Amino acid sequence: MKRVQFSHPLMPYMLLLPQLSIVGVFFLWPAAEAIRVSFYLEDPFGFGSTFVGLDNFKDVISASEYSRTAWFTLIFSSAVTFFSLSIALLLAVKADKVIKGASIHRTLLMWVYAIAPPVAGLLGVMLFDQHIGPLNDLAHALGWNMQIGVNYFDTAFAMTVIAVWKQIPINFIFFLSGLQSVPKSVQEAAAVDCRSSLRRFWTVTFPLLAPTSFFLLIINITYALFDTFGIIDLVLKGEPGNNPVTLVYKVFLDGFRGNDLGGSSAQSVILMMLVFALTVVQFRMIERRVHYS
Amino acid sequence: MAGIQLNTLRKIYAGNVEAVKGISIDIQDGEFIVLVGPSGCGKSTLLRMVAGLETITEGELFIGDRLVNNVEPADRDIAMVFQNYALYPHMSVYNNLAYGLKNRRIPKNEIESRVRKAAEILEIGEFLNRKPRQLSGGQRQRVAMGRAIVRQPAAFLFDEPLSNLDAKLRVQMRMEIKKLQKGLGTTSLYVTHDQLEAMTLADRLVVLNGGVVEQIGSPINVYEKPASAFVATFIGSPAMNLLPLTKSGGEWKLDNGATVDVMLNTDLSDLILGVRPEDLLIEELSEKSGSDLHTALTVQVVEPVGAESYVHGTIGEGSKDVVVRAPGKLHFEPGQVLKVTAKPEKLHTFDTKTGKRIEIEGPLETA
Repeated sequence: MKRVQFSHPLMPYMLLLPQLSIVGVFFLWPAAEAIRVSFYLEDPFGFGSTFVGLDNFKDVISASEYSRTAWFTLIFSSAVTFFSLSIALLLAVKADKVIKGASIHRTLLMWVYAIAPPVAGLLGVMLFDQHIGPLNDLAHALGWNMQIGVNYFDTAFAMTVIAVWKQIPINFIFFLSGLQSVPKSVQEAAAVDCRSSLRRFWTVTFPLLAPTSFFLLIINITYALFDTFGIIDLVLKGEPGNNPVTLVYKVFLDGFRGNDLGGSSAQSVILMMLVFALTVVQFRMIERRVHYS
Repeated sequence: MAGIQLNTLRKIYAGNVEAVKGISIDIQDGEFIVLVGPSGCGKSTLLRMVAGLETITEGELFIGDRLVNNVEPADRDIAMVFQNYALYPHMSVYNNLAYGLKNRRIPKNEIESRVRKAAEILEIGEFLNRKPRQLSGGQRQRVAMGRAIVRQPAAFLFDEPLSNLDAKLRVQMRMEIKKLQKGLGTTSLYVTHDQLEAMTLADRLVVLNGGVVEQIGSPINVYEKPASAFVATFIGSPAMNLLPLTKSGGEWKLDNGATVDVMLNTDLSDLILGVRPEDLLIEELSEKSGSDLHTALTVQVVEPVGAESYVHGTIGEGSKDVVVRAPGKLHFEPGQVLKVTAKPEKLHTFDTKTGKRIEIEGPLETA
């Protein structure tokens, strides 16, 4: 390790200060505040708070609606992660094989990534719009009476499709660059050793993509859990009613619509613990099986 | 095992770039053929066409009796050793060797015994559980060889397999490849740009240049009777000296006016005279009789390499660099003028335009 000498002992801390203050103000402080508030019953009109111990947590866990939301979140996140990764991988494999006009193909496929996320989400929502959405028209033409915002399943379907659609380009870029870093000669050696190109893909190419896939898996789970908030809000148009929501959206609903700050904080603390556990599991269990060569 | 037949193979890339211009080679069963040539001569492309990694634009390729133009690489019954080894980084050495066998549904105990046997031959038995990244360059090279051996294919294809190794290891592996190939008797096609590697390994050499075959023959044959000026300079180190030879007044003369007493059956009046550095003799050290070339050489640089010295000099104003291979114990000074001679049977002549060899019919009969 190279040791850097600073002219003043405080200098390194000063250099770290901007980053640390951002982490402190936007991450640590709100987290600490959420933990504190989760033990209190807050007056909806802000006139005071009462310490209630673990009551907020007990209420959250015993509520049937909470477990319903948790199940939906699990299914939604799994589906979004699975489909956005697998479709992106399929596209990347196909794009990798294109020889004629390769750069045009790739640019077109990556284009979507250049669109700001809220705009992309809004576009997705418009595609499913009850009145002007072409996808909605298509579903009706196929005999599926799609009613987004009314039918629980239809709404969940639209949310999932939009969330997957918006995440594919970024996954595509990573997979494509991963595929291009798989040495050509290794693929050729495999071509001499194995006739089936599908089998070659699963036994040679895919394992060599593992570092990329692992990174994307974490990014995508995080995306499905947290960053889909905007899409859900757009699909529901702020009126959840009886429609499916994820745990993160429920934190917002209970806290800012229901004015139950204590209960909402308890939910975010549970989410925090969940994410922490998930991260540990991911790095302990999966990384061991990933080959960094 | 089988022979390989290349019938006027051509490769034309997009944009009408012709990399291989109709090459025919008939490789016998068990033969070790080395394709040698400068970079860009099409030797790797040709090998990859045999492997099935490049499509064949025109011509026919037979492995054994089977036309394999449109057969997948995995079905051609060949095994290939790549320049950068191309081992599967996520598999153990054992699985690297076994992969091609597993995909061919060979029984497990058969795989096991083949891998163990190959590992024993190549002395990599103790590394079977390691990953390629835990091995040295030489060990990886052995694993790559092992991957080819276990397949027991009709032919081995080598694509510059030694060029990533250091000089010492390269010499050692070169000998091992030769021993191994002779032991197994498997037909082999080997690509290299290193003429020394080519000479030492080949049963027959194929010298390629610009997508065409310049010469096919045994290493000694190619060395002693190069078919063209290109082959003459490419095979042998230091390279053969080439000097312009012109006919004036019924005599063949070098640029410096020295006469070369040879009889040539040609209408041309401009030729290239070729003479290998070891065939140029310093006159004071050799018998004088029977020499057809006498000229003075002004020493410029001397490269002593131990047993011998390469004496670089010129034979006149503006002449090309001429190299003489002299015994290492002799001492030369820059500026010193030496008399050099060459025997008639050691001279080569080539057409200036086409570069093709023109046989010397004998020394000039002087009445």
